[in-house]
Parts: sequence; C-alpha cells; structure tokens
Amino acid sequence: MSFIVDAEITHNRKVAEGCYNLTFRAPEITGSAQPGQFVHLRCGPTLDPLLRRPLGIQGVKREQELVQVLYQIVGKGTRLLTAFEPGGRVNVLGPLGRGFTLPAGARRAALIAGGLGIAPLCFLYEELAEQGIAVEVFHGVRSAGQVSAHDLIPDGRVLMASDDGSLGYHGSVVKMFEDHIGLETFDFFFATGPSPMLRALGKLAEQHNLPGQVSLEERMGCGIGACLCCNCRTKDKDEDGWRYSRVCADGPVFPVEEVVWP
Amino acid sequence: MINTAVELAGIKLKNPVLTASGTFGYGHEYAKYFDLSRLGALVVKTLTLEPRKGNPPPRIAETPCGMLNAVGLENPGAAYFVREILPDLKQYPVPLIVSIAGCSVDEYATMARLMTAAGSIDALEVNISCPNVKAGGIAFGTVPEMAAEVIRAVRLNTDLPVIAKLTPNVTDIAGIAVVVVEAGADAVSLINTVTGMVIDIERRRPVLANQVGGLSGPAVRPIAVRAVWQVYRAVKVPIIGMGGIMEGRDALEFMLAGAQAVAVGTANLVNPTAADDVVRGIEEYLESHGISDVNELVGAAHGKGE
Ligand SMILES: Cc1cc2nc3c(=O)[nH]c(=O)nc-3n(C[C@H](O)[C@H](O)[C@H](O)COP(=O)(O)OP(=O)(O)OC[C@H]3O[C@@H](n4cnc5c(N)ncnc54)[C@H](O)[C@@H]3O)c2cc1C
Ligand SMILES: Cc1cc2nc3c(=O)[nH]c(=O)nc-3n(C[C@H](O)[C@H](O)[C@H](O)COP(=O)(O)O)c2cc1C
Ligand code: FES
Repeated sequence: MSFIVDAEITHNRKVAEGCYNLTFRAPEITGSAQPGQFVHLRCGPTLDPLLRRPLGIQGVKREQELVQVLYQIVGKGTRLLTAFEPGGRVNVLGPLGRGFTLPAGARRAALIAGGLGIAPLCFLYEELAEQGIAVEVFHGVRSAGQVSAHDLIPDGRVLMASDDGSLGYHGSVVKMFEDHIGLETFDFFFATGPSPMLRALGKLAEQHNLPGQVSLEERMGCGIGACLCCNCRTKDKDEDGWRYSRVCADGPVFPVEEVVWP
Repeated sequence: MINTAVELAGIKLKNPVLTASGTFGYGHEYAKYFDLSRLGALVVKTLTLEPRKGNPPPRIAETPCGMLNAVGLENPGAAYFVREILPDLKQYPVPLIVSIAGCSVDEYATMARLMTAAGSIDALEVNISCPNVKAGGIAFGTVPEMAAEVIRAVRLNTDLPVIAKLTPNVTDIAGIAVVVVEAGADAVSLINTVTGMVIDIERRRPVLANQVGGLSGPAVRPIAVRAVWQVYRAVKVPIIGMGGIMEGRDALEFMLAGAQAVAVGTANLVNPTAADDVVRGIEEYLESHGISDVNELVGAAHGKGE
C-alpha cells in the first residue's frame, strides 16, 4: 500500500558539498516502508519540473513518524528541493517499489554502495543488524569530503574506496570488494549505485557464483507501474531470453542473476 | 441539482472525464488511490494483436512543463488482455474503452473483431498514430486515405462505437477528422502526442533511445485546444479533448472549444488522483458559476451564429 502525503518537513540540511538530508513526517509511510523502497517527491507546486523525483528511503523513525532521504543536486528538480524549509510541506508518494528481501539462512552479508547509493543501504543495515546478521559495508565515493558510510553507519564495519585515493582504498568499490571475497566469505550481497558499477558487480557475481540483490535506477514517470517509462531488461523464458520489467514496480531491487546488463 | 452527465457516441457517461490511453495502465494501479467509478470512462493502454516489448530505455525525458515518451506501444497482446486483464476490469462499475492499434489495416480489423467478441467493452478507440509497415512506416493518421481505410476496416468489424484518435502531427487535423467521420467514426479524440526530441549536450546524443518521442503535458495544451476548436467546426460527431489537462479549469477550456468529453493523461503520472481532481474541479466550476448542465459549455467559446 502506498499513499499521497502532504508531509511536514522537519529538516532539510546540507550534509556535504551538493548533498542534503531531507526529513519529513509521514506516518502513512513509516508504517509500512521497507529497506530498498523509494518515495516519489514533487519538487514544488509548479509545472516545471513537471514530474516527481524518485529518492531511496534512507531510514524511518517509526516512533516519531519521520522519513529520511539523502539527495544530491544534479539538476533542476534536486536544486529546487534545497529551498524546502522546516515547517513547510513536501508532496510525497510512497512507499513505492519492491525492496530488499533477506534470503533464509543468510548469516553474513556484504552491503556495497556507490555514491549516494549508500542511502537505502543505511535503512537495510539497521534491519539486518536487528536480525543479528553480520554485515560488512563497502562504500565507494569520488573523493574524501563526500558523504561516507563512516559517518552514516558509525558503529558498522565499513571499508571505504575512493576514485582519487583520498579516502581508503584507491580505486573502484567493486575492485575493493573483489579483493575481499578471497579473504572472507559472504552468503549474500546487497548493492546500490550507478549502473556501470552495478554492471561490473553483476559480472563479478556471475564469475564467483555470488547470490545477491541490486537496486536499479531508471528515469521514471508515474512510479507506480502504469506508464511503462522505467524499463530495464530481465531474464525470461521467451525466445529472446529477456523481457522488460518496470524498475518502479517490479523493482527497484532485483535478484542479480535476473538482470540482463546493458 | 447539477448535471455532469454527457453522452458520447451512444454511451452514457456520468461525467465527461476519461483517462488518456497509455497513462493509466489497465486501471488497477490507480484503483489504490481513488474509486475508479468516479470516472466518466476508463480508457486503457493501446493493445496490439501480438505482445510488444516496446522501445529500449530511456523512454522518458522531461521538458519544460512537459515530457517526451517513447514507450513504443509495449503491451501484452490481445489474447493475454482478454484472458487475464479484462475479467478483472469488469469489477469496476465504469464504462470501458479499449484502445487498439496495428501495423496493417488487417491487424486493425482483426483487433476490432477480437475486442468486440470479448464482450463487456463499451467502445473502441482506434490509435491511428502507428506506423504503416506497408507504406514504409508513415503513420496511418497522417495521410487522410490511410486514416480513412483503417477506420473503415474497424467499422466493418465491430458494432461498438468507434472513436478515432487523431495525431496532431499533420498540417490539417480538421481535414483528417472529416475523412475519418465519413469512414464511420462515431467520435474523435485528440490530440495524441506531438513529435519531438531532446538532446543531451554532454553526451551529444538524443536523450531517448528511440531518438524521437511524443511530447505531452501542459506544454502541448494550446496546440490541443486549438485542434479541438478547428475539429469542432469541421465535424458533427462528439470530440474527446486532451493534451496537458492538469486540473478542472484546463478541462473546461477544452469543453468550451467544443469537446463533449476530456481525457486526463500525463497528469496521472504527476498525481495518481489527477482524474478525480479534474472531475471535482469541473463540478466546482459549474456550482460557482450557476450552470446547471455541463452540456451547456460544449463549444460555448465559439459564440452563437458565428
Ligand atoms: C529508485 C531510485 C532511487 C533513487 N534514489 C536516490 C537517492 O536516494 N538520492 C539521490 O540523490 N538520487 C536518487 N535517485 C536519482 C534521482 O532520482 C535523480 O538524481 C533525480 O531525479 C534528478 O532530478 P533533477 O531534476 O535534479 O535532475 P534532472 O535535471 O532531471 O536530470 C539531471 C540528470 O539526472 C539524471 N536523472 C534524472 N532523473 C533521473 C532518475 N529518475 N533516475 C536516475 N537518474 C536520473 C539524468 O541522467 C540527468 O542527466 C534515485 C533514482 C531512482 C530511480
Ligand atoms: C507515457 C505515455 C504513454 C502513452 N501511450 C499511449 C498509447 O498507448 N496510446 C495512445 O493512443 N496514446 C498514448 N499516449 C498519448 C496520450 O493518451 C495523450 O493523447 C497525450 O499524452 C496528450 O495528453 P496529455 O498531455 O494529457 O498526456 C501516451 C502518453 C504518455 C505520456
Ligand atoms: S515510472 Fe511509470 S511504470 Fe515505472
């Protein structure tokens, strides 16, 4: 079940260069939100930008009925979000999509994030920790000074990688994770991030026969499965071997072995 | 007591608000957000004979006050629709209009026959914006003879009301309306999307994988209102107006230009309750302006005796 809520904004704070934390009160959403699901926000009452913007849920505080998201300014819509002030309202549709599911019997999980893909994994981290599952977080950023899993998950086991070597491992988070699977074993991984990173991880998972789930991104229209604008390829039994799935409604989280990478 | 009921090609609608094909799925996604029986009629995503996968991603690009889409008629095909979706749709107490398309005149004819035989459908909307494979991919709806041929074929294969959905990508939309009415259309709906393109200046390539797409949303509304105005003067059959309707006042523009009914499209993507909001907006306008019957507004902007 999802809802349209004119939610009261409680925080909208800059947490790093170009990156903000938005928190709003929405009991309808905190009631049922699952890690990996997203909310679809209007950037204001105007017709430009027209469409909603999808953002992964970073966390919920059920007692206070608060929903948190983390967003990066990339264009017009996200820039408009920065003007939201506490006490004001944001129109939110959610929670939407299919989130992460924990396979039975998993004891050790790797969470792998690129950039702001870390946001939905914070929510997942809490759930896994509550269930007593051992979690290791692998987070890749462009450089030091960006939002890092160190800050977001202070009590977790976190390994950072950066493209320029200014923080932690020098190189891609997928390469860092690859170096690690020789040292430690994981029953399962959960990953979010830009598509080239997820594609590289998908290849790695295939080589090493690693089960996992990935959260995909595609431009969206409705966010509720009706307009068919957010398609991605997934495996299928038909003669082509694939079909289009809807990232918003069939995903955004897919089992890694089901994705047909572009 | 205010009357919002209208009649459209023999179907009685409790109000003039429909959903635009392709923006409302097959209805059930939206049933979670409002009671679908609030609608005048439900128009579903265009169906073709065989399933279609549609275009690769990205299929959508936002533009100022609008969007381009290139979904490419992804749909599960006629047989699946009749077997799996239609039985579910019957639960909603609202007239059902099925949109059909094809890549040949024969495919349109077959679709008309299949959908008529399926039962519990109140009207067919014929999406003639599809490329004609035999004519090198020119859209049926852009050539008067081809448009008429499709409507004639559908007319011969159904006893349901036939609505011809017109494309605005022509020089003379009123001329097309005249020939499809002569060919047997009981109503016309307009406009379909306006062809357009967006280029990503960093990648230096079109944003959409399909390169071109269809523009919709408030950006196209003046084009659509003008088209309805012209078609109203050219034909006697009822018009379903659409293009950028976001709220009741936008719908009223279309009715004043001559639309008997309106359809809400892109607005459903922005707000799942948009169609219901439009119904309410029209009711409020009638009340606040002391108008007892919505039919009084149809074509009223043309004045009397002009
Ligand atoms: C399921 C999902 C979860 C997401 N979670 C987050 C999150 O937690 N934090 C966050 O900062 N961002 C997230 N995104 C991406 C975010 O939605 C886009 O960055 C945002 O919509 C861009 O809007 P804009 O108006 O600022 O940019 P625009 O001006 O619209 O576009 C700027 C650029 O952003 C890209 N973009 C635009 N829309 C999307 C989109 N819907 N998905 C992906 N890329 C897009 C385009 O490539 C474009 O070049 C998520 C996307 C999806 C699909
Ligand atoms: C995502 C999307 C998909 C569409 N699919 C169809 C379709 O399958 N058949 C059709 O006749 N029109 C289709 N249309 C066109 C709409 O029905 C409508 O004619 C057009 O978008 C103008 O109205 P609007 O501005 O209110 O959206 C589609 C439009 C959009 C935005
Ligand atoms: S965004 Fe409309 S189907 Fe996914």
